[in-house]
Amino acid sequence: MNLVEYKKKKIICTNCPLGCKINLVYADADEVEIIEAQGNRCKRGLEFAKQEITDPLRVVVTSVRVEDGEIPMASVRSDKPVPLRLMEEIMGVIRQTKVSAPVKRGDIIIENVLNTGANIISTRTVNKK
Amino acid sequence: MRYETDVVVIGAGGGGMAAALSAYKSGADVILIEREEEAGGVLNQCIHNGFGLHYYKKDLTGPEFKETLQEELEKTNVRVLKGTFVLDVSRDKRITFVNSDGIHEIKTKALVMTTGARERHFNSLGIPGDRVSGIFTAGVAQKYINLQNLKPANSALIVGSGDIGLIMARRLHLEGIEVKGVVEILPYPGGLERNVQQCLRDYDIPLYLSHSVTRVEGKNRLSKVYVSQLDGTGNIIPNSEKVFEVDALITSVGLIPSVKPVEFVKTGPGFITSNTNQTTEDWIFAAGNCTVIFDLVDYVAREGEKAGKYAALYAKDEYISQEKITIKKGKNINIIHPSYIDPNQATKLYIRVSRVFQKAEITIEPLGIKIIEEEARPSEMVEIQIKPFKDNLCKEIEVSAHELG
Amino acid sequence: MVAVIGGGIVGSLIAREINKYVEDVYLFEAKNGIGTGVTKANSGILHGGYDDPPGSLRAQLCYKGNRLYDEISRELSIEVKRIGSHVVALDESELAVIDELEEKATRNNVKEYRILNRDELFEMEPNLSENALSSFYCPIAGITEPWEVAIQAARSIELNGGRVFKGKRLVEVAKKDGKFELSFEDGSTYTADLVINAAGLYADEVAKLFGDDVPKIFPIKGEYFLLGKDVRYVNSVIFPMPSELTKGCLVIPTVDGGFLAGPTAHGVQSKQDFSTTRDGLAEVKEKTLKLIPSLDFSRNVVKTFAGLRPESGGKDFYIDVGTDNVIHVSGIRSPGLTAAPAIAKYVTEYLIEEKLHINLEKRQNYIEHVEKVSHFVETDFDYWSKAIEEDPEAGQIICFCNKVTKQEIKEAIRNGARTIDEVKFATRASFGECQGSSCTSKILKIICDETGLRPQDVLLNEKGSWIIDSEVRSI
Repeated sequence: MNLVEYKKKKIICTNCPLGCKINLVYADADEVEIIEAQGNRCKRGLEFAKQEITDPLRVVVTSVRVEDGEIPMASVRSDKPVPLRLMEEIMGVIRQTKVSAPVKRGDIIIENVLNTGANIISTRTVNKK
Repeated sequence: MRYETDVVVIGAGGGGMAAALSAYKSGADVILIEREEEAGGVLNQCIHNGFGLHYYKKDLTGPEFKETLQEELEKTNVRVLKGTFVLDVSRDKRITFVNSDGIHEIKTKALVMTTGARERHFNSLGIPGDRVSGIFTAGVAQKYINLQNLKPANSALIVGSGDIGLIMARRLHLEGIEVKGVVEILPYPGGLERNVQQCLRDYDIPLYLSHSVTRVEGKNRLSKVYVSQLDGTGNIIPNSEKVFEVDALITSVGLIPSVKPVEFVKTGPGFITSNTNQTTEDWIFAAGNCTVIFDLVDYVAREGEKAGKYAALYAKDEYISQEKITIKKGKNINIIHPSYIDPNQATKLYIRVSRVFQKAEITIEPLGIKIIEEEARPSEMVEIQIKPFKDNLCKEIEVSAHELG
Repeated sequence: MVAVIGGGIVGSLIAREINKYVEDVYLFEAKNGIGTGVTKANSGILHGGYDDPPGSLRAQLCYKGNRLYDEISRELSIEVKRIGSHVVALDESELAVIDELEEKATRNNVKEYRILNRDELFEMEPNLSENALSSFYCPIAGITEPWEVAIQAARSIELNGGRVFKGKRLVEVAKKDGKFELSFEDGSTYTADLVINAAGLYADEVAKLFGDDVPKIFPIKGEYFLLGKDVRYVNSVIFPMPSELTKGCLVIPTVDGGFLAGPTAHGVQSKQDFSTTRDGLAEVKEKTLKLIPSLDFSRNVVKTFAGLRPESGGKDFYIDVGTDNVIHVSGIRSPGLTAAPAIAKYVTEYLIEEKLHINLEKRQNYIEHVEKVSHFVETDFDYWSKAIEEDPEAGQIICFCNKVTKQEIKEAIRNGARTIDEVKFATRASFGECQGSSCTSKILKIICDETGLRPQDVLLNEKGSWIIDSEVRSI
């Protein structure tokens, strides 16, 4: 017989500025199941919480090397959250990437990074030197 | 050369750009002055997301927030003077500045100070040890790494769990710099809870609450940092010393409002203002971190917008504050902003409680306003709206907090 | 060639004095900056010369040195503020010490003093402890920035045909044909006819290289707090009653408007121990609060630091000729800064001319005056505007706290500054309340742009004090 472990966790929902503090009790089995949730002010909070305990998603924010730019770096982000577990690997890809100035905000720097469906996009303008 | 204008805004960070825009939209001729070569202030180096959730209803990074504001600004005829340093603000409404074109003067009708804050430096903490290279404020480390492509460390300890400290812990970690921990003198983190999760817990970076750096050591470059645990009264617990072998100490130990070069306005330590952002000198308005330190650039931009509007109205003689009601810090309140209210105008009150509460009830008397705040703590600002009101007898408002239940 | 070992204030001023007679003067400094050893971290006080032991070399040179600072200030364009000093009596028993000070002053032939009653004292220093009863007031005492004196003296040497070397540590001395062959750590060698050893903390060790024994030097650590400019605590230098060993923990205004509290005086083992300590800082607080109770050590601290003073057994300067043509200037403890210009004359006019019988003649073409390093914020707007017209970088402020322009930083680099600290001590950039948070990264970039150094090669000060490890993303 498999013992199902009940776990407690406090999660801050980052879906909107309200930042609900959700207190969860969940069953950590093969299939994670939320037993109790308190503090979320909407349904999206519950979805967020479930994602957070199964496979948390994060926006990647870092910089990419720019050649011939007025500054040597352009800040970048993923255009949607990607699994946290892939963070190191995605950083590895970004570290190997360089672009040439000019860079515009919103330019796609890496398309569909590691097949996550997310693009790495520039978050600033870097003009040519 | 002499300039004349309605509104001068000093400091083109998030608050200043918003102030210049709104002053312009309120019909004023505006000059926006920035001492750096680029507008945006600290937004340029804050490449993480989490900005704009309130102000733009979007999750933006610092540079995106800045460029969005800047693009709006470019559509106006606000004159932006970059690389320009204000030497003097005189009581007769003259502003003297220097830049590579020389030294010039602006005659203005109103002024908005959006000069932000500076980071408190490790040196000012009086912590003993060697004077070494390798001690950086979080903002300096951030500037090196994010803008200049320079890596200032191989391994680091972070002191202070303010938001920049937390953000930098993650940033350094992801760039291959070993972060051995974050040391916080208080029993609770100084930054937002979501940053504790996304910057520390996500990467198993230890957070040492109630710990303090007692000594730094190194021969010319930092090599060791000594940290001890504190008891409830802030005294060092004997034999609790930990030694961290790191070549960098990154500090995030507080921000100090920058009020220079205005000297004749009441400060404490930031500019003291009313709900219309007016300082004790009626033609000078102030907004953002040069008044009190805000949690979010969204608040700063909103405050800047308000300051710009009232400054423009003042310049056109359309806003003269009549009466001011003092807002008093009551029990368990650490920071309150603004300090005065013009009751004819709406107010956004920003509060920091002075300790951690399970469930705090915040009261505003005699207005009868009561707000319940779950898990209130000093590091998270509470925001309360007060509508315009008429009460000739009311001379003072008191804000307090207490634990419920 | 005349070689001076040690580019502190004493060595620089001696080299400058000799340079008035001899063109070929070489100044060798072991550290990466002029005036960055003992000279950098002390109280910066020009003492009145009233309280040194009568008959000592200290007493002989301190008052003379004090008087010479008018000339030094004019010729080297450095700031000397004669703000006066008070030795304050805090109880009845200390009133007797004031009488002793008066007696000493008389024996030292110092007339510039007054004994103030309580009212006179508080009129001048309203923030003093209420216990203050009287003070021994010396109006000729003052403050200066010692490193600036050394830096300007070094510039004057370069201006007059001499040479200044940094990062040159003397490791070996050989005598050849009546001359000295000096070998330095970096492998270079120079031949000198006459050598002045002004190596500060290391003067005893340098003397040994010449086969001479001078009194052993014991480093005495002095810890300080630097407080910010927000509160004007005192107008003049405030001393407690002196002890046998030291002048005690003082409160001192600095030239650029801040305040020093300190120093302690404790012997340490290592000549490289510049660390501040918990006990030392606590001692400074406790002692100076007795003088000025309103000192705010919780919110007004800019930084803490420690300096080492070269004390020798005799508690007096040791300045004399060694074997052959070498002069040892050792044990220059307090009031060394004050005495320095007089030491320079003593070495030149007495030891070289009279004792070594070397005939010196003033050079015809010697340029006495050294221009001030530009510090535009202290000039009037017309002058500054003209400078900007000529060079727009004179209008670009890099250090926001002390308003230092890009032009000034480049000038410091042209004058030889290569480290962040050298730029700092030459221009005051990063000296302010933000402690370089806004400008260090810019200064680093300017140094790279001007010199071709890579960011990883720019040091804060000494070897090993790197700032940047590498690029975050290399191409």
